[in-house]
Amino acid sequence: MSTVEERVKKIVCEQLGVKESEVQSTSSFVEDLGADSLDTVELVMALEEEFETEIPDEEAEKLASVQDAIDYIVAHT
Amino acid sequence: MAERRVVITGLGMLSPLGNDVESSWQGIKSGRSGIGLIDRFDASEYNTRIGGAVRDLDISAYLSAKDARKMDAFIHYGLIAAQQAVEDARLDASDDLDVDRVGVAIGSGIGGLEFIEKNVLALNENGPRKVSPFFVPASVINMISGNVAIKHGYQGPNIAITTACTTGTHNIGYAARTIAYGDADVMLAGGAEMATTRTGVAAFSAARALSTRNDEPEKASRPWDKDRDGFVLSDGAGVLVLEELEHARRRGATIYGEVIGFGMSDDAYHITAPSGTGAQKAMRNAMRDAGLAPEEVDYINAHGTSTQLGDVAEVDAVKAVFGDHAHKLAMSSTKSMTGHLLGAAGAVEAIFSTLAVREGVLPPTINLENPGEGCDLDFVANQSREADVKVALSNSFGFGGTNGTLIFRRFED
Repeated sequence: MSTVEERVKKIVCEQLGVKESEVQSTSSFVEDLGADSLDTVELVMALEEEFETEIPDEEAEKLASVQDAIDYIVAHT
Repeated sequence: MAERRVVITGLGMLSPLGNDVESSWQGIKSGRSGIGLIDRFDASEYNTRIGGAVRDLDISAYLSAKDARKMDAFIHYGLIAAQQAVEDARLDASDDLDVDRVGVAIGSGIGGLEFIEKNVLALNENGPRKVSPFFVPASVINMISGNVAIKHGYQGPNIAITTACTTGTHNIGYAARTIAYGDADVMLAGGAEMATTRTGVAAFSAARALSTRNDEPEKASRPWDKDRDGFVLSDGAGVLVLEELEHARRRGATIYGEVIGFGMSDDAYHITAPSGTGAQKAMRNAMRDAGLAPEEVDYINAHGTSTQLGDVAEVDAVKAVFGDHAHKLAMSSTKSMTGHLLGAAGAVEAIFSTLAVREGVLPPTINLENPGEGCDLDFVANQSREADVKVALSNSFGFGGTNGTLIFRRFED
């Protein structure tokens, strides 16, 4: 079973079309990984699906980096 | 078209006959059908299970997976045909290309039907939060033109005319006018379609518009044949690079042919059935625009979709416009091979018409075994043939009674 970190990074790679080697825990979706506002919405939808959870919009807006997403998932699933 | 002459300097195409202009045109010249069984979805419950698909397309050769996911297939097709046309014209290779003077007019009849279906299902099953943030930009019709501009940096006029099955023709005519009038020096123009989806086939089938010759797909599209039983729905895209003549000369572009006339009209009659007289008006308007006499037209690439009503109405319209000359010119339907590409039809047929005048070849109408009643013109039955084709006219007619006619001439200084 993959860890939360591995699963989050895999989804980030798929959604943002970046290589695994480019994705660090500290990577910002917008500044480091080239996401635009629509990409981040779709990324959150993919995370919701993978972890079978619902991330409210006001929480989703705070998820700026890979680590933010990992922390949120760990705390809420 | 007044003082500024408009020539064709680049071509791009995806069709059921091949994933570029060369293979599609070879298919036309050899009289090959591109129609087969629908395999994009399970069509086993459908009355019509045949269509013309774009096959074996490697989208990754043109688009990243990330970008491709944000677009419906009709945008993929339009964007790829546009890239082929740009490369064919060596347009982006020109160091001093003024991108403010380059525009785009590529439409679609229906738009992102498959993307719409997918999101409606997600909405139904799991609620509004499951609708993609890319739903609108992936589905709306002007997003081929938008994405072409973004990809190539063209900052001139950007538009997408949508007029059902006349879409391709109207975009090309409008683009030619835009250059002739002086608003741009280069325009990418055409159309794209991918409507062979679950709802697309069900809808045209419900309208009793489609052939049900499921056991012989390659013989299903048979314009003017007495056993024709409707059109065959197909996918694909066609894009032409139109360019002002002196601009093309300065950069040493290859000139395929010249756009010399464009005409429009409407039947003002019925939502789907043709009046016939509207078609006459579009052809007459195009010939007036070109300053041509009827005797100067050598070839007509017909709308010719293989429906009972439409095929005869077009023959009658041609007889009314051309008189005795209707029996001397050649008229064929390349839809007998490609099927009907809806909003892309006028664009791929503009390309075939252009190549007909360039190479002196008349494309055939295949599957014409026994001409139906009232179908008595030279339809270039079953085999292409060489001929001195100087002027070709291309017709498109669409739901809403909208008509468009383009006229192309072999390029001469």
